[in-house]
Amino acid sequence: MAVMSATIGTAACKCSCGSNAGKLVDDRFPKLDAIIAKYKGKPGALIPVLHEAQQLFGCLSEDVQDRVASGLGISPSEVYGVSTFYSFFTLRPRGKWKIGVCLGTACYVRGAAEVVEALKKELDIPVNGTTKDGRFTLEVVRCLGACGLAPVMMIGDDVHGRVRPEQIPEILKEYR
Amino acid sequence: MDTARAKPKVKLTIDGREVEIEQGATVLEAARKAGIDIPTLCYHPAVGPSGACRVCIVEVEGARTLVASCVYPVAEGMVVRTNTAAVRAARKTVVELLIAGHPQDCLSCERNGKCELQALARNLGIRKVRYNISDKEHREPDTSSPSIVRNPDKCVLCGRCVTVCRDIQGVGALSFAYRGRRTLVTPSFEHGLGEAKCTSCGQCSAVCPVGAIVEKDDTGVVWDALDDPEKHVVVQVAPAVRAALGEEFGMPAGTPVTGKIAQALHMLGFDAVFDTQFAADLTIMEEGHEFIERLNRRGVLPLVTSCSPGWIRYCEQFHPEFLDHISTCKSPQQMMGAVIKSYYAKIKGIDPSKIFSVSIMPCTAKKYEAKRPEMRTSSAPSQDVDAVLTTRELARMIRAAGIDFANLEDGEFDSPLGISSGAGTIFGVTGGVMEAALRSVYEILTKKTLGDVRFEAVRGFDGVRHATIDIAGTQVRVAVVHGLGNAGRFLAGTEDSPDRYHFVEIMACPGGCICGGGQPISLDPAVRQLRASVLYREDERKPIRKSHENVEVRRLYDTFLGQPGSELAHRLLHTAYGPDAARLAREDRAHSAAFGRQPMSAAGV
Ligand code: SF4
Ligand code: SF4
Ligand code: SF4
Ligand code: FES
Repeated sequence: MAVMSATIGTAACKCSCGSNAGKLVDDRFPKLDAIIAKYKGKPGALIPVLHEAQQLFGCLSEDVQDRVASGLGISPSEVYGVSTFYSFFTLRPRGKWKIGVCLGTACYVRGAAEVVEALKKELDIPVNGTTKDGRFTLEVVRCLGACGLAPVMMIGDDVHGRVRPEQIPEILKEYR
Repeated sequence: MDTARAKPKVKLTIDGREVEIEQGATVLEAARKAGIDIPTLCYHPAVGPSGACRVCIVEVEGARTLVASCVYPVAEGMVVRTNTAAVRAARKTVVELLIAGHPQDCLSCERNGKCELQALARNLGIRKVRYNISDKEHREPDTSSPSIVRNPDKCVLCGRCVTVCRDIQGVGALSFAYRGRRTLVTPSFEHGLGEAKCTSCGQCSAVCPVGAIVEKDDTGVVWDALDDPEKHVVVQVAPAVRAALGEEFGMPAGTPVTGKIAQALHMLGFDAVFDTQFAADLTIMEEGHEFIERLNRRGVLPLVTSCSPGWIRYCEQFHPEFLDHISTCKSPQQMMGAVIKSYYAKIKGIDPSKIFSVSIMPCTAKKYEAKRPEMRTSSAPSQDVDAVLTTRELARMIRAAGIDFANLEDGEFDSPLGISSGAGTIFGVTGGVMEAALRSVYEILTKKTLGDVRFEAVRGFDGVRHATIDIAGTQVRVAVVHGLGNAGRFLAGTEDSPDRYHFVEIMACPGGCICGGGQPISLDPAVRQLRASVLYREDERKPIRKSHENVEVRRLYDTFLGQPGSELAHRLLHTAYGPDAARLAREDRAHSAAFGRQPMSAAGV
């Protein structure tokens, strides 16, 4: 399981979903309004609305949630409560490739932390961040059960073992 | 009582005692009726049960598990045990788990000695905590609001604040987020309350059982001012404070402590001790005048009162379309602030910039109000009110000074701004502003003297009350609303259209200022009534009970302001709302700067 970060940044979406960036030109907001209108007044409207909104935008950014709140006539904090309760909602955009670095004990003692640092530097994002081009999301994960290959890193479903920090640019090339 | 409609009763046995209670009651209510105390944590009589904490568990014969008594309904013939070994052990586990994840910070906590978690630990005899929860995520305290501070690390997730804010106040600034061990009470996207749509009403802080939501402590700046020989430190006290402060010192709810407050404030070293009730009388003069003007000139009606900054903030954030209706009068606190740094400074020959003006309020929203940029009208380079302390903070200062409050002899408020009528006194309770206004508006418009000054129809605690009063041939329709949830419903016009009324009083807090967010914390549902009766009794005893008969208010007009609604009165005592409020204030100051003078100097102040 991915470990989610402690705080959710309030900054604008930095991905291609554009939910913050293109407020004026983003034609997805009228579509969102239509989704809201479809469910408004029905009991339990919030969850299906958030679900469709996530399909539309890729993530439930603050702008999207505020729009849902005002559209359904409930408070933004209530929407936030529901969107953080269910793990199938994501508040921040996910990249095409999810990179998960194991920080289990075995990986840690074999230098997984340096691997994370190298990834941060190479991708110019923090842990749990997503690159501007929407390609990579960097996460740290608990033991993947491949301790013999420590330190271990997953990219999508591919397992990379015995990773050394200096190999990172080379490995990432395959996914660019 | 209408016995025909009374609910059928059921009989049950609790700890061997037979109890009779209406159907639909909870086991907890039945137990309390029988004098059996079941410990609780999330349950609050004014907020209602949620079943979140499981501290109130009991054994019910036939039930498979222990049940939460605060939500479990009574039934005929039910047999309940509240004090078996299994119940005691389970309760202890629940509380130990709460403590295990809680900062061990009591000695430096605002709620030390007045904390429900402490009390539980004490009452359940917890000596050792068998659990260790060390990986609870730490969160920094949220200090973004000028009124209240949230410390999520101390939150026991009882949900009272969430329910109060959403259901009673209709605001919904706080919700539960995440789940399991990460569960958190927070505004949307974990913003600070200062950035969220929050009215600063402080009702969340009044129901929080622990130190997780507290008033912002401003006692430090007040101590500093009192210690500064250069400063002339003036204090004003709101009416509701005298109806409740005694509770902080172990006096029974409903004990009036007006004289003791005046005495204590003198002992703390304030140079002048004034009464916000004076400014309440002044408010009635201005607001009454405004009402008569709007009535005669077909201005925007209904006129809605403006004394409650929580209500103002609510209207600005949620119903900006309604702002035109709100009286342009400042609240009594801000009127007093403006009068102190202008009129009082002038008659005493004190440089307004040497005055440090403190107010003691039942209200956390007043802290926010005093900081609004437009609340700066004197020639001093400071806000009209420099610091606002809640009733709870004043109690803290009195304790710190070692004053034996409960045994103090009575002191007096100082002249001239300590003189007030009974109309000013009842401002502290829902319906009081309306009643005070009616006393004066009636006499001014009819030129007759009221035989009985009481307007019973606007008293009481129904969420919305209304009355029609014949004033000089006009059927004046008035309504009184308290609690922001009620205000929201009233404005939405679902039950009743606001347009039907001429004059509406709205207060943010349920019960009015006597139950403001800064008042002593109480779990007793009777306090509201008891505090209200203090103010109504004081009104009865006052020689002057109508604002327009306050001699010092008259003198203020005769020697300084001119008439109600005069240009100077407008400059000092009136304000604007919405995004424009700050702009107007900025322009006013920019204008003064451009012309090399302060806003007040044009008026000769
Ligand atoms: S909230 Fe209560 S238990 Fe927690 S630190 Fe404060 S006084 Fe102690
Ligand atoms: S101060 Fe009032 S509006 Fe703000 S969070 Fe607390 S209860 Fe809600
Ligand atoms: S902040 Fe206080 S009232 Fe709100 S859930 Fe936490 S402990 Fe309860
Ligand atoms: S008091 Fe009953 S569950 Fe908390």
